[in-house]
Amino acid sequence: MDTIYATATARGRAGVAVIRISGPMAYAVGQALCGNLPAPRVAGLRNLTWQGALLDQALVLTFARDASFTGEEVVELQTHGGPAVVGAVLRALADQTGLRLAEAGEFTRRALENGVLDLAQVEGLADLIDAETEAQRRQAVRVLSGAVGEKVERWRRDLIRAGALLEATIDFADEDVPVDVSPEVLALIDGLVADLGREAAGVAAAERIRDGFEVAIVGAPNAGKSTLLNQLAGREAAITSEIAGTTRDVIEVRMEIAGLPVTFLDTAGLRETADRLEQAGIDRALARAEAADLRLILTDGGPFTGMVPRGDDLVVLGKADTIYAHGGLAVSGLTGAGVPELMARIGEILQRRVGSAGTLVRERHRVAVTSAIAALAESRAEVVRDDSRVELAAEHLRQAVRALDALVGRMDVDDLLGEIFASFCIGK
Amino acid sequence: MFHVKHYDVIVIGGGHAGTEAAAAAARMGVATALVTLRAEAIGAMSCNPAIGGLGKGHLVREIDALDGVMGRMADRAGIQFRLLNRRKGPAVRGPRAQIDRRLYREAMQQELARQPGLTIIEGEVSRLCIDGGAISGVELASGVVLSAGRVVLTAGTFLNGVIHIGDQRMQGGRMGDSPSRVLAAQLAELALPVGRLKTGTPPRLDGRTIDWARLDSQPGDDDPALFSFLSRAPEARQISCGITHTTEATHQIVRDNLSRSAMYGGHIEGVGPRYCPSIEDKIVRFADKTSHQVFLEPEGLDDHTVYPNGLSTSLPEEVQHAYIRTISGLERTEILQPGYAIEYDYFDPRSLHLTLETRSVPGLYFAGQINGTTGYEEAAAQGLVAGLNAAAASCGRASVEFSRTESYIGVMIDDLTSRGVTEPYRMFTSRAEFRLTVRADNADRRLTPVGLSAGCVSDARRISFEAKLDAIDRGRSILAGVKLGPRELGAAGVNVSRDGVKRNGYEALSLPGADIVSLRDVFPAFREVEFPVLEQLQIDSTYDQYADRQSREVADLRRQESQRIPAGFNYDLISGLSNELKLKLGRQQPESLLQAARIEGVTPAALLLVLSHLRKPSAERQAG
Repeated sequence: MDTIYATATARGRAGVAVIRISGPMAYAVGQALCGNLPAPRVAGLRNLTWQGALLDQALVLTFARDASFTGEEVVELQTHGGPAVVGAVLRALADQTGLRLAEAGEFTRRALENGVLDLAQVEGLADLIDAETEAQRRQAVRVLSGAVGEKVERWRRDLIRAGALLEATIDFADEDVPVDVSPEVLALIDGLVADLGREAAGVAAAERIRDGFEVAIVGAPNAGKSTLLNQLAGREAAITSEIAGTTRDVIEVRMEIAGLPVTFLDTAGLRETADRLEQAGIDRALARAEAADLRLILTDGGPFTGMVPRGDDLVVLGKADTIYAHGGLAVSGLTGAGVPELMARIGEILQRRVGSAGTLVRERHRVAVTSAIAALAESRAEVVRDDSRVELAAEHLRQAVRALDALVGRMDVDDLLGEIFASFCIGK
Repeated sequence: MFHVKHYDVIVIGGGHAGTEAAAAAARMGVATALVTLRAEAIGAMSCNPAIGGLGKGHLVREIDALDGVMGRMADRAGIQFRLLNRRKGPAVRGPRAQIDRRLYREAMQQELARQPGLTIIEGEVSRLCIDGGAISGVELASGVVLSAGRVVLTAGTFLNGVIHIGDQRMQGGRMGDSPSRVLAAQLAELALPVGRLKTGTPPRLDGRTIDWARLDSQPGDDDPALFSFLSRAPEARQISCGITHTTEATHQIVRDNLSRSAMYGGHIEGVGPRYCPSIEDKIVRFADKTSHQVFLEPEGLDDHTVYPNGLSTSLPEEVQHAYIRTISGLERTEILQPGYAIEYDYFDPRSLHLTLETRSVPGLYFAGQINGTTGYEEAAAQGLVAGLNAAAASCGRASVEFSRTESYIGVMIDDLTSRGVTEPYRMFTSRAEFRLTVRADNADRRLTPVGLSAGCVSDARRISFEAKLDAIDRGRSILAGVKLGPRELGAAGVNVSRDGVKRNGYEALSLPGADIVSLRDVFPAFREVEFPVLEQLQIDSTYDQYADRQSREVADLRRQESQRIPAGFNYDLISGLSNELKLKLGRQQPESLLQAARIEGVTPAALLLVLSHLRKPSAERQAG
């Protein structure tokens, strides 16, 4: 296994830059630069020198193999953050034999390979680093802390219990096994299916937390859509004019509402037109608006037939500075009147939608859980049918476990037998 | 040393592992000697008078598929045949039989006497001859030296065996035999890793003092399922077993005397099996149960000894007398021989190759209870593997290895050699990942071809096997050629959705409600195929879809199995592997990636490291 190094902090000028070295040669390399290394987990100020030249004065940390992020020996150099300092240290590291620059994500991959993190935790870590909003941070921290592993461990216990009950009736048919284990097996299966089902349903919400929502602003030309977008963005993101049909392309502005990442889409005004270019913009507007999570329909108080609101869609009076609102939501992109209320309203709607988010956060998780549910359903069908074939019911349970394998380790037959022996008086 | 006789393979021990090993080696055509203390004890059943059961029955069928002896002898000596799990799917049905001890012993002794190339030698092995680190033969207590390049040791529980009855203890294997202390001492010198296990037996009862009339009886099946693919019908008279139950009074006596039990009194250090608990264990661990089932199994047709299955114990003799008489129907029953617990040494099977050859002494093979297993069937199956491989090696042929994807034998050998044992190892169907395709009914189709290519299968069996294969193929193609609509099938009692889709006859066999008798009544094509062939096809058809589902996992396992790790592979060269794993892998020397994967604590990441190291060009590996 090579020893790898890389800067852990972003490039550019900063007070401090962190350079990480991980692998069997990490300590040796650290010694080559620092003279002597501080004890693990004790910070020590050291002069970094290479080929007789002082590179920088750095705070140096070492981590032992069983107590580091990667599961290997790690040395961390906290140097001053100037590009020249970092460059000099990296060049010195490049001179060391047996050392190479880490590939993207390689430290984390080693943590995974060395069993420090499980796969879900690695995903959680990536999400945490990418997190821009509060809800994203909360969700990622939960995953990184091993919540998925804990959940799966619980499901696994139930699956092993159900499997053990069925296996007991197979392997110890001739002995003192309770005659009918099916009520307990069914209860376990039903509990698992409900739990897994909830988690699968929550994945869509969790993905929204991670990937964000799209809110499309639609309406007739000149309804004030671009002005509203600029107000939201706090800058001139879209060109505005008195001329109807100014906006042709879809303009996006990203922001955070109630801790959630939201992208507002400003779209071309919807109307009949002979202008082919404008028509293309309108087609695009319709397509994006249809696909968005929420539509904000701006009106001028008169009837608007360009798009039918559905579900949570908001119909809002635009240009509230010039048009009198008869109740309902009204905003002015120009003055900003009504904008905080509108934001609060959108925040409520989106919050409600992510309320179902559970522990599982990725499509990969959903696929695993969904196929486990399917296997459980097949197992259940075998248990309840008149000429129940218990070996098939047991096989489907094994499939359910294997489906969750993507999230945990392998089911071990010894676990199964252990459960059987702990529960039944076996041996005639 | 005065005489030296030469053999190719010497088998030490005439128990179930030894007989199977000797017969297998001789079938392979090599000069074989079976050395046993007493020739009249060959084929003795020292524990319960039964063969087969779940998982175990599968093993016996597999032994038979390789032309082994256990299945045929059990069929000859069986006095009550029952197919367990008859109401469950065919994949998990296991043939089991009560055996007449005397008939079995006689049949086995006759069989071995008839086996060409096999010499039976009565004597005590006092020493293994080891020459330049490899086995070269054995020396008997009489001074006679037998030379052989391959020796199979099947010492059972004889190694440092200690019998406990209450607080009394005595040296011994099974009751009445002297232990092979000298041999044990020599084996100890070889510094093979050793562990200690225990097992127990129930008291033997005098059947003439049992009030059978008051007890439930359990007859055998009307349509007995035999072990051997060559047998047609039981030979011995068939009998029933009795069933009775322990009472509150039994439990009270056991509870009152727990401190006098060898096991609970702290006299035993070995680890016992969880699945065959003593009556003390049952009453302590399952305190809420007020009664436990006891099967009363006659030990033979003209033997009044009865084996009370479920009452194994290490309580003092007088306590056994007292509690036996609290059991319904046993109020006047006499004990012929008290129950006892036995502790014995086993050698850690992780120090064996897949052929059961020891890693430390080339040419020396271990089989049976000495490897930490329990049960006649497990012992016999290992004997077969060791015997086949000892013989194959002695004539320079390729080793005969069994994959866990295609046999229970393979599952057991892999479990033993890669995971070792923590309690006496017994076979269960749940140990076999692929039990829907690895079944008792198709053991011949799975393994007879393996035996044919190894050279251990007789012509008679080959001919019968080929005829069976032809009949199955013919039957399948007849059935595959008929198309049956849902309406017709419904008329034959088959549950099928009226979707207008035609099924062929073979597919129809797997549908719910498909009954061979009704199908034969309605469709002429089914009458063209013999009944037993239809039964076989129905099982095949039922599990075919699962065979497909499992095939990818089988392929995964096979790939791991086929990724061999060379002997002496140096794990120290793999940087990134923890020292603990380096030590573990280095010590156990797994032979394949699959075996490495099954070692406790080996993570997928560690496997990846090993694999990537194996794939490096060898020069680079040397440079490390």
